[in-house]
Formats: sequence, C-alpha cells, structure tokens
Amino acid sequence: MNKLMFQCRRLAWAVLFSAPVLAEPVGLPPVPIPADNPQSVEKIRLGEKLFKDQRFSADGTVSCATCHDSAKAFTDSPLTTSRGIRGLTGTRNAPTVLNAAFLKTQFWDGRSPSLEDQAVHPFVNPIEMGLPDHEPILRIVRTDPVYQDAFKKVFDKQGEGITLNDVTRAIASFERTVIAGDSPFDRYYFGGDSKAMNEAAVRGLQVFLGQGRCVPCHVIEQNQALFTDNRFHNIGVGINRIQDDVPRLAGEFLRAKNEGVNVDVVVLADPKTSELGRFAITDQLDEIGAFKTPTLRNVALTAPYMHDGSLKTLRDVVEHYNNGGARDPKERVNPYLSGGIRPLGLSETQKNDLVVFMEALTSPSQNKPAAKPRKGEKP
Amino acid sequence: MSSHITRRDFLKSAGALAAVSALPVSLIELAFAESAENFTFAYISDAHIQHIRGKEFVRNWDKGLIRAVAEANLMTPRPDFIIFGGDLAQLGSKEELDHGAEMMSALRGKVHYVMGEHDYYLDLGEYWEKLFGPQYYSFDHKGVHFVVLNSILTYDDWTYHRWPTAEQRMVEMAGLDNPNGSPFMVGEKQRQWLAQDLDKVDKGTPIVVFSHSPLQKIFRGWNFWTEDAEEVQALLRPFKKVTVLYGHVHQIQYNQIGNISFNSVMATAWPWPYPTTYRQAESHLPKLTVPINRADPFQERDGTGWQFINLATGNVDAHYILYDNPARTVAFNTQSGQPEDKQYQALDNRLPPQNHY
Repeated sequence: MNKLMFQCRRLAWAVLFSAPVLAEPVGLPPVPIPADNPQSVEKIRLGEKLFKDQRFSADGTVSCATCHDSAKAFTDSPLTTSRGIRGLTGTRNAPTVLNAAFLKTQFWDGRSPSLEDQAVHPFVNPIEMGLPDHEPILRIVRTDPVYQDAFKKVFDKQGEGITLNDVTRAIASFERTVIAGDSPFDRYYFGGDSKAMNEAAVRGLQVFLGQGRCVPCHVIEQNQALFTDNRFHNIGVGINRIQDDVPRLAGEFLRAKNEGVNVDVVVLADPKTSELGRFAITDQLDEIGAFKTPTLRNVALTAPYMHDGSLKTLRDVVEHYNNGGARDPKERVNPYLSGGIRPLGLSETQKNDLVVFMEALTSPSQNKPAAKPRKGEKP
Repeated sequence: MSSHITRRDFLKSAGALAAVSALPVSLIELAFAESAENFTFAYISDAHIQHIRGKEFVRNWDKGLIRAVAEANLMTPRPDFIIFGGDLAQLGSKEELDHGAEMMSALRGKVHYVMGEHDYYLDLGEYWEKLFGPQYYSFDHKGVHFVVLNSILTYDDWTYHRWPTAEQRMVEMAGLDNPNGSPFMVGEKQRQWLAQDLDKVDKGTPIVVFSHSPLQKIFRGWNFWTEDAEEVQALLRPFKKVTVLYGHVHQIQYNQIGNISFNSVMATAWPWPYPTTYRQAESHLPKLTVPINRADPFQERDGTGWQFINLATGNVDAHYILYDNPARTVAFNTQSGQPEDKQYQALDNRLPPQNHY
C-alpha cells in the first residue's frame, strides 16, 4: 500500500492556510494519498467549493460543510445528532473531518472504505441532503461556468465527461488537507517542549497511558499520534439502552438486509437499528453495538460526544468509562461489551487531569476558522 | 416466523456460513433421511465463576459467561439444546454454583451440564447434583446417542483420605503443575455403566460423548489427561461415528484416534496457552502446529469464546465464536477421516504466530 501513497502534507497545509506555513504539524504521519487521486492545488480548491455547495441538497440548504463546519472543528457542535434537509435529524453525531484522511474506514460504523466513497452517500440519504439520485449534482457541475472551468483545469473534462467520481475525488482531495496536529500535547510529547502542557495535563497523560486504559484504542505511537486504532468497540453507548431488543432487532435487520434494504438509509433513520453499530455492516456477532474509535484531536471543540452525541461533556465521557461502560454506575451494561471496557476506579483528581489532558489536544489552527470564504463564493 | 432470520442467515452472521455451506448436501441426506433431522447445539464451557466475598464475584469471569449466554440466545432458529461443559464454579462453593446457575438461567433452551473438577472437589458434586441433576447419563436426540460422563474423578485414596479439609482438596485439584494433584479418570463404576448403556445402541448410530477432561492423554501436568482414556476409548471403538467433546483445556484442540474424533471447546473465562507437551509413549496427539498467541491483557475477552456444533453429517463441525478474533471452524473431513481446522489445515493457510511481546 505504501507504494500507492506519497507525502503531500506540505502542499495540503499550505492550501488550508492563507499564510505560508513553515513547519509540518508535529505529531502526524504523512497523509496517505491514493495513487489514482493525486493532490493538486486546483483540485483541492475545487473540492472545497463542492464541499460547501448547498445546491447539492434537495431543498438547497445543506452542504457537506453544514454538518462539518470548519468553524466548529469540522463538526456541527453542539448538535446531538446531525440535521439535514427540512430540519430532519439523523441518528448519529457528525464525526469531524479533521484527520479523516488517516482513517482506514469512514462513518461511525466504517461502512465506507475511503473518503472518495464516503462522499457519495450523504447526497442521497433521505435525511441528510435528500437528493433522489446524483443527477442534480452532475447537472450543476456541468453547467455552472465556475465549475466548468475548474473541472476543465483539474480533470480536463467537460459536459457529460464530468462524472460523480470526479466530484467525489475533488471533495476527498480537499478533505485530505483538513488535518490537525501541533497541539500542546504534540509539542510536549514529540517536540521535546516540556513546558507545552501544564502539570495537570502531564498527569492526565499518565492516566491516559495507564489506569485510564485509553491508549490501547486511542493510539499514541512512537513518533505520531492519530488517537485511533481504526477498530470498532462496544463501549456501552446507545446499546445499553436497547440491549433487551437486540435479539429481535438483529434478526429483523439481517432479514431486511438479505432482502436488499439500503443499509445507509436504515442506520441513519431508525434509532434502534442504528445502535447495532458495526454489526449492521459485517454481520459479526462480536461487533454488536460497536462503533469506530474516533480521533481525540480537537475533542474539546466537538461536544457532545459519542456516535449518538449522548454525552455532553468530556467529564461525562470520563465518568462513562470509569463506570465500565455506563453513564450511571447503576445502569445495566450490555452483555456484548468489548473486553477492553471495565471499571477504572479513577480518583476525582485523575478524572479532572484526564479532561485537562484532552483539552491539550486542540490544534492551534482550530482556535480560529480554518478557511475563509473565497472571492465570489456565497458564505 | 417470517420476522426471524433463518439458520443460514445466523450462520452467516456468525462468520461461519462458508464452512457450513461447503458441506455437500448429499452428505447431509446420507446421514439423515429427513433434512428436518439436521440440528445444531450450542456449547458453553469453563466459566469459572469465582466468589470474592458477600455478593462480589470476579467481574471478568461473570462477563464472559453473560456474553456467551446472550450471544447463544441470538441463534435463530434455536439450537436444539445447549451443553455447559463444566467448571461453572472456580472453587465449587454454593455461592459460585448458585451465581453461575442464575446467569445460565437466561439461556433460552434446554441445558445439559457436564461436571468439572472445579465444580466437584469441594463437596464431591453434592450441591451441583441438586442444581443440575445426575453426574453421568445418556440421551437420544434426532438419531444421535449422547453420553454425558463425569471424567474428573480420581483415585479414592486421594479423594477421601489425603486431605484434612474439603477446601484444601478443592484447591489442590485446582492447581496446575501441582505435585499434590492427581490424574483425572472416569473410573470403573462409570465405565461399567457406559458399557451397559452402549450395549443397547446400534453400531451405526452416531455417538457424541461430553466429558470435561479430554478422553485422551495430552499433558498430565495440567490434567489435559484422563488416566483410563484407553479403556473408555475401547468401549467406543465398535461404533462407526464417535465424537468426544471436552472442555477443561481452554483452547482449540482436535484429534482423531481410530474411529473417535476429539474436539475441545473454548472457555468463557480465560485461555490457556498450549502446554509444552512432553512426549510419552502413549501420547496420541500429533505435533501441535498452531501456536496460540498470548492473550491480549487489555482485551479481557481475547482468547475466550463459545461455540456451536453442527451435526448435519453425524460427525461434528465445531464453530468457534472468538471475540476480537476471526471465527474458526473445526469440521470433520470425510475424505481424510479426521477433524480439520478450516483455516489452519494447510501450511500456507496458517496465520503467522505473534513473535513479539
């Protein structure tokens, strides 16, 4: 795979910020770039325009950026679950686009293998952008003069020659520039700056690495940290609430899936089926109620938390884990819980420190809007 | 009911469809004239429920059993019955057996229990019998003769005259590599009963024996061993299709001795590594070719699991549900006449062992 990827971070970084950036962000590996979708400045710019174009929704109100807002660390914080056309709400909290370029699968349940593929689905999901099919998008990009120019430049294509594949490749190219490192943690841990984190955050890091049992899934490696293992775990969120329904739900879902139901639609529309998590994709018993480990970068900016946005604060998240996968110590934990989740016995100080540590994962670039509207672009 | 998934769907959901559907239909028809006679049963074993004090039990072992029970309950259509393969308790106490029985009571379906040494050596099975019934017996189901044995008995002198207290007896038997331990056996009384029981059974009837210890000699230090294995095997030899399913070893093992197939089942509590086998003249286990990785200490369920057994051919296809690991299937190969791991059987199919820790 490595042969198919090359480093393009300097380019990506330079495009995301108007001012020239001298150093690469500390704490990140090279951005993987697929061989069939190389980066270019024009393509990234086109992708960003597509990302923000609300015309690609049934009622002209929703773009990718609606739920992945650069001013909110590419989420729709503080919404619990995302809001699509006509105010419809889905079942899941918008995951950040930041560092999605590094993920091995996309969506909370990993049902998409790449950024290019991911971008296909929200356009036509009835509660996201609600288009009947992708034709309206192609009509716009084939006729809008600005897009005509851009697609000609980037892909050397025009008219009918422009395909959905070109649209999603451009969007993915833009998303590969949405990366975040250089946080106080990075400067402390990888940059050798012992002053970059305060004492509480330094203690919190020790909890993160030790008693808190965070790091096995929110991975920190020797020279970089993506804070995810790219795997799926049942941590007792959502699934606890519907655990007694699982035998019925799992059976009904598998039957519907065998009959050809659209999984992308069902998991976002039905709150109970949504809680089956990764099981809905793989049919594997040990992925019932399991969701992807998200990155923790900029997590202080993306409340509320978890796939269903059910935990309001980072402190709530810490309590959930401290209780062994339950919001409340008295809540019955579901039987399919991942083996890594168990009560932690953290002290109040440890919990506070852990929260302070997570707050040290905010990249400096995310404290201000990451990209300004360009000339001639509707805000 | 139409809203339920079919068995085919379930097997797919358990990651085992490929293995099962690979069985030619003709074989199923050969074994049972009526396809309605094909059946599956679930097998949960070695929960080792451990009492700490008061109402406290070791959480990890509880979780293992609760998860296996919940997942077995997802099988649709229901398995015909469920086997619990022994060692429900850790030190045989009433509290442990009660707590284990309570968790097991969530299972939908008839459960047959097998006696493990951890259930037995405190009160010699007295309370266990009250909860679960006789220590050895047989039953017939859809053309298969099932035998449940208590294979963890030992020499009377050790059991009755060696130890000042029942508690010490229990602890001595619970240890591995314990010079004070004693080898497991079925014993003469039970073998006599078995001979009489099998006498009534047609030699063409498939026989499935459930025991806690392997009815073969693998490794004495850990009692992966039954002292009178040869005598028991001799009683089973006249039958055409015989399978012994055993717990105790907390790992996947399989073997063929003459007409008898041996399959082990996983524990819900913890995995044992494969022991450093010392070869004795009478050891029949082939060289262990599948190294077991050390269980991930973070993932408490790593290396544990449960299984369901398909008896479509009259021989055993064991499907292992292993958490955080690919499901495995050990199925009887009618061509080679022995159980084989679907994934590991060929050298170039094996996953490389983990060499770094």
